[in-house]
Amino acid sequence: MSKLEYVRKMALMGDEAVAYAVKQADVDVIAAYPITPQTIIVERLSKYVADGELNASFIQAESEHSALSICIGSALAGARTFTSTASQGLALMHEVLYIASSMRAPIVMAIANRALNSPLNIHCDHSDIMGARDTGWIHLFANNVQQAYDLTLMAFKISEDPDLLIPVSVNLDGFILTHSIEPLEVLLDEEVHQFIPHEPYPHEIDFGNPLAYGVMALPDTYMEFKRQFQEAMLKVPEVFHKTTREFYTISGRTYKSLTSYFTEDAEAVVIALGSTVETLKYVARKFREKNIKVGVLGLTMYRPFPEKEIVKVLENVRCIAVLDRAYSYGGVGGPLYTDILASLYKNGMKPIVADFVYGLGGRDFKLTDSEEIFRKMMKAIECNGFERDIYWWGVKE
Amino acid sequence: MTTVEKYFKTISDVPVEDYFAPGHRLCAGCGASIAIKLAMKAIKSPTIVVNATGCIEVATSMFPYVSWRVPWVHVAFENTAAVASGISEGLKILNKKRGKIMYDVIAIGGDGGTFDIGLQALSGALERGHKMLYICYDNEAYMNTGVQRSGATPIGAVTTTSPAGEIIPGKRERKKDLIGIVAAHRIPYAATASISHPLDFINKVRKALEINGPTFIHVITPCTLGWRYPPSLTVKIARLAVETRYFPVFEVEDGRVKINIRVSRPKPLEEFLQVQGRFRHLLDDRNRDVLEALKKQVEENWNKLVKLEELGVYI
Ligand SMILES: Cc1ncc(C[n+]2csc(CCOP(=O)(O)OP(=O)(O)O)c2C)c(N)n1
Ligand code: SF4
Ligand SMILES: [Mg+2]
Repeated sequence: MSKLEYVRKMALMGDEAVAYAVKQADVDVIAAYPITPQTIIVERLSKYVADGELNASFIQAESEHSALSICIGSALAGARTFTSTASQGLALMHEVLYIASSMRAPIVMAIANRALNSPLNIHCDHSDIMGARDTGWIHLFANNVQQAYDLTLMAFKISEDPDLLIPVSVNLDGFILTHSIEPLEVLLDEEVHQFIPHEPYPHEIDFGNPLAYGVMALPDTYMEFKRQFQEAMLKVPEVFHKTTREFYTISGRTYKSLTSYFTEDAEAVVIALGSTVETLKYVARKFREKNIKVGVLGLTMYRPFPEKEIVKVLENVRCIAVLDRAYSYGGVGGPLYTDILASLYKNGMKPIVADFVYGLGGRDFKLTDSEEIFRKMMKAIECNGFERDIYWWGVKE
Repeated sequence: MTTVEKYFKTISDVPVEDYFAPGHRLCAGCGASIAIKLAMKAIKSPTIVVNATGCIEVATSMFPYVSWRVPWVHVAFENTAAVASGISEGLKILNKKRGKIMYDVIAIGGDGGTFDIGLQALSGALERGHKMLYICYDNEAYMNTGVQRSGATPIGAVTTTSPAGEIIPGKRERKKDLIGIVAAHRIPYAATASISHPLDFINKVRKALEINGPTFIHVITPCTLGWRYPPSLTVKIARLAVETRYFPVFEVEDGRVKINIRVSRPKPLEEFLQVQGRFRHLLDDRNRDVLEALKKQVEENWNKLVKLEELGVYI
């Protein structure tokens, strides 16, 4: 191995990979509060700062609410800003999440997805991020450690794009990704610096030309502020694609808003978020070997929701299983399921669809679970329907 | 009087320039607006203001008009000290890494946003030691939402959530010792002030801004709406608060107390109470015990300060 190859290859936990990306991004301010399974991210970052490897202000706030509030302040001051949390911490930030996005504060936040109390549970599910779904952030999901690293780097570029200035969350499954050591390829520091150079914040604090940030608006103007924000959101896909193309030229790794696997001629497609996509891909390959036409659709970008791309992939699909690692209690189904149903309906499509609520509080989703779901889908095609619309997969009934 | 009169000796030393512009929508006779106008006279270099939700924020930033001639940020109600921390640290690291200019950071919060919901964020910021000045304007209730009780409301005062009813005579609890809590963080400088003594207040603001670390000023700002008095009496009532020892004016510098306005012959507390609708029921014989309790607390607070000053100990 040449020296160059050596520095490009690493074996890191998901949390460490995120911290490494943040260090390479030469971030200016990190404000965070510890919570499992995110702690390793902030521990590594504080060590980088203590060792002088990263010239940044590391602030351990007295709560997540304050951590994100500090981030808004530092982002408005023009500093490249990072935070990270999970579960209860994200729930505690809730109020500030809306304000960060609507004040157009470019912030990158890694979320180590974890269940919410009660009962207390520190393991993976997506209840935390789904509660923050509509807060006006761009939400990205990593399927593996490599993606957690890559998406963190890309998140800075997307968030700081002058047309957007929208905060970005990079979601990685608690423990499954945060604490799993995987081999990955990293960029060189110089490559990262060229990819995400420090640009001044377009609405910088200026004493000579003072601006007011976060004013009050009455009913005659409030709605226009919100509409402007939605218009900025509509520009995200273009910026995302521009960013992934540029990232490809330096890394050779391709990213799209969706991960489509064997979907071209698939009769049945499973849709999921996060690390489960990898499990599903593995099982789909086995089924394909037996000529069973299944496919997998993972969403790398969950907000803004890539509706057009999704319905295009699902055009000729007869049966869809949506995997939800969260639930909308008392609602129509899981959050991803309702997003998919709405997209299908809007586009006049009526395939067979069921929701599979799975993995809450870290319940394992095994290869056999995935196999069984694929088999259920084949049966649903034969019978022209599932036995249920919503399965609580693996629950002890 | 041993007021701090170092930077501005007379009122003619105070700059004419106003960074807090007129035309805002605060009530006529609003004590808080006087405090902010005075505080902004003391700025010495590029400054940014961070404002908590409350009367000052709402009435000075109604889109598309603002009353601020300095950069101004409002994020939410309880996190002003945190936002100010972020701005302070962000500017500091940018100065170090990329040579950006430094700003003074002034955070402004009401008593509700400081004594109650923002206390945690304030404590965190003071403990971490960022360079910033936090000014709490204290009108002793949540005014912006219609005069509800706060941890700053004194015993006996009537608010819309501590009304004087047939069996309960207004708020039953004592006012929180905020400056005591703040001073317990051992920050370099904490002080109280009153809008009735503008030179003392302006000098304290400037003094605080000169210090490289977290500083805090607690200023009493009567509220015509919540305290129920005619707008013309605002400054007079603020002065009575000082002269009756209801609101002692002092500094805590590096942990040592110094009383700035020594009130040797205090006026009867009734003079302060009787002009305000919120206290009128306390002058009724029925509520003599509440009045006595308030008087006792005023006396205790004063005596404590005198003792602390005499002892010269660190608090
Ligand atoms: C989290 C949250 N809770 C409640 C409110 C409602 N609220 C807005 S201003 C305010 C009162 C502010 O009181 P204070 O800080 O004393 O300032 P004042 O209005 O007296 O100037 C309240 C309760 C809010 N904006 N945010
Ligand atoms: S309600 Fe009180 S604090 Fe609010 S603007 Fe009016 S006088 Fe000032
Ligand atoms: Mg108040």
